[in-house]
Amino acid sequence: MANIENSAGKPDAGLVRKGLTEALFAAVLSFGMFVLYVGLKTDQNISNELIIVQRWGLLAIFVAVAAIGRFATVVFLRPHLDSRKLAKSRQGELDISTEKSFFHRHFLKIALIALLLYPMVVVAFKGPQGSLTYVDNFGIQILIYVMLAWGLNIVVGLAGLLDLGYVAFYAVGAYSYALLSSYFGLSFWVLLPLSGIFAALWGVILGFPVLRLRGDYLAIVTLAFGEIIRLVLINWTEVTKGTFGISSIPKATLFGIPFDATAGGFAKLFHLPISSAYYKIFLFYLILALCMLTAYVTIRLRRMPIGRAWEALREDEIACRSLGINTVTTKLTAFATGAMFAGFAGSFFAARQGFVSPESFVFLESAVILAIVVLGGMGSLTGIAIAAIVMVGGTELLRSMDFLKLIFGPDFTPELYRMLIFGLAMVVVMLFKPRGFVGSREPTAFLRERKAISGSFIKEGHG
Amino acid sequence: MSPVTNTMSDDTLLKVEHLSMKFGGLMAINDFSFEAKRGDITALIGPNGAGKTTVFNCITGFYKPTMGMITFNQKSGKQYLLERLPDFRITREAKVARTFQNIRLFSGLTVLENLLVAQHNKLMKASGYTILGLIGVGPYKREAAGAIELARFWLEKADLIDRADDPAGDLPYGAQRRLEIARAMCTGPELLCLDEPAAGLNPRESATLNALLKSIRAETGTSILLIEHDMSVVMEISDHVVVLEYGQKISDGTPDHVKNDPRVIAAYLGVEDEEVEEVIAAVEQLEGGAN
Repeated sequence: MANIENSAGKPDAGLVRKGLTEALFAAVLSFGMFVLYVGLKTDQNISNELIIVQRWGLLAIFVAVAAIGRFATVVFLRPHLDSRKLAKSRQGELDISTEKSFFHRHFLKIALIALLLYPMVVVAFKGPQGSLTYVDNFGIQILIYVMLAWGLNIVVGLAGLLDLGYVAFYAVGAYSYALLSSYFGLSFWVLLPLSGIFAALWGVILGFPVLRLRGDYLAIVTLAFGEIIRLVLINWTEVTKGTFGISSIPKATLFGIPFDATAGGFAKLFHLPISSAYYKIFLFYLILALCMLTAYVTIRLRRMPIGRAWEALREDEIACRSLGINTVTTKLTAFATGAMFAGFAGSFFAARQGFVSPESFVFLESAVILAIVVLGGMGSLTGIAIAAIVMVGGTELLRSMDFLKLIFGPDFTPELYRMLIFGLAMVVVMLFKPRGFVGSREPTAFLRERKAISGSFIKEGHG
Repeated sequence: MSPVTNTMSDDTLLKVEHLSMKFGGLMAINDFSFEAKRGDITALIGPNGAGKTTVFNCITGFYKPTMGMITFNQKSGKQYLLERLPDFRITREAKVARTFQNIRLFSGLTVLENLLVAQHNKLMKASGYTILGLIGVGPYKREAAGAIELARFWLEKADLIDRADDPAGDLPYGAQRRLEIARAMCTGPELLCLDEPAAGLNPRESATLNALLKSIRAETGTSILLIEHDMSVVMEISDHVVVLEYGQKISDGTPDHVKNDPRVIAAYLGVEDEEVEEVIAAVEQLEGGAN
């Protein structure tokens, strides 16, 4: 700490000596750690013999990074942070500004307007054909996950019931649309609510047996339920066509106007050049509307007795029972409501892809949706939306990062590192923001002023 | 809900008969009977591990007793057999509310929200089981405003009105105890069961608690059943004291009667050194008489 006074100038000699010793130590340590993993590599040569490849250059880079990083931390970074902290505490003022910026206050309105304008802006810059990837991969893909995560938020974030099989309801919604439209020819607008109802029904069916379970036990059983649904979809080949999936699912229509090249199609009707972009833009607004519906219902429900009961259930189930709340129906409604939104999203997914197969509904999807909810901050719609943009958008971004091939060689496929980066990002976020992006909670009623509740008081629920 | 032959007088609120609760080989409560009168503050006392909280859990439905009958007699004349009702229906229909020995508040909800959750059933009905309320029809808006008014009333009574918008977990211990009582009162109970409401309170907080409990009884007519170790609370406010030891009743009567009962003194309150002989003789005489 003796270096604080002269931190603005050059670091003193004692500090440099300390930095050098620590850098040396870090170098030795990293050499010891990496020599067998990085320095030597076993491989097979052309005649299938085991050979050892020596990679001393790479090892040297690892060691150098460790040593230089350590030196920089000790000599520059730490004194800098220390002096900043000291200056702040000398000032004796907390830098909590109650005045929020314009952007902060109107964040939701700005975000909504930006979303509404997004497809038009993209079309304006890239043309209808060029906008496809932006609207589809970034817009629709992210919004589907936003909707799924908002739906799961009701179960996990509000009611505190850990559900690892959420994707099962997504599958129920998708297959409801796929099967009923291809077997009975029902239209998208009839099947959208119907898929939600079917998924909610399955939510209740799953809910019944798991109601008495809590915490880890609940998580395992919901996980099993998700797998059961997927295995049924794979093996019930007469109906679901198994792993082949159901293809050529009818597209959604705009109040009866189809999006195709026929005379009555959207493009002809409005005298526009034929392009698949209109359908994508239509789908974008459709999923945006569905997301808004999810958000609206969630916000309204939180202010209703049932929503308060969900949150109370997350905080303390026994106290709920002592207040005359039927915890069985309360949990069932949470499961059913969450499942219903997954059902909506599922039928939208089927209409968008035109093809569904059990492969889209693996456990990893459940895990990703849950990760988005946890990362965003359980219970917070804004935080979850941001997390979905970061997670899903980040993945899509990786796909389009061709310049990485120039650095790592032509064999490098960035999206294969998706899960690695995903995991790393989660660890980093959880280190700095253990309650997710938005850890606080907005109260649903107030007498004098609405104060956000710090995450440290909020329980995560235990089933 | 469960009609029973009316064997008790009108002013009997709660009648516990031959209650027994067995946990494996342990007889936590053994053939325990007592009555609580309407409008009374009844105290259940006894040394640690005597089975007081188990009796409470049986009355409020958190345990199903091995044996025995618990009859609850509402003001309207309706009778309920509490041992047959699930816990949430005991609060919802029979109107018995309780608090917990280790405070169980919804710590992440605000003080006001805690009191609104307690009015869940009333508000659910008003919101047409959420559906009507969601589309904005029906009396939900009016009822919700009424619920906030009721919450405000109890917050003022419990002296928590200044903290209404703070998270319940942020309150000091004594305030949390008062909030738990206010929350139980928001369910509109006829019998309020308090499990050690004065535990961990300082003398001044104990005195405010006494005043709160007395005013609850005086203004709402709610009867109170409480477990308490703090004798200053028990002796000052209760009309009727029941003493429990090793799952059995050893004394039952007015505070003065119980205070002077040698068995109670020996078992629970403790005696001066020079009185020990005297008490043992008195107890032996009592037991001899009983045999």
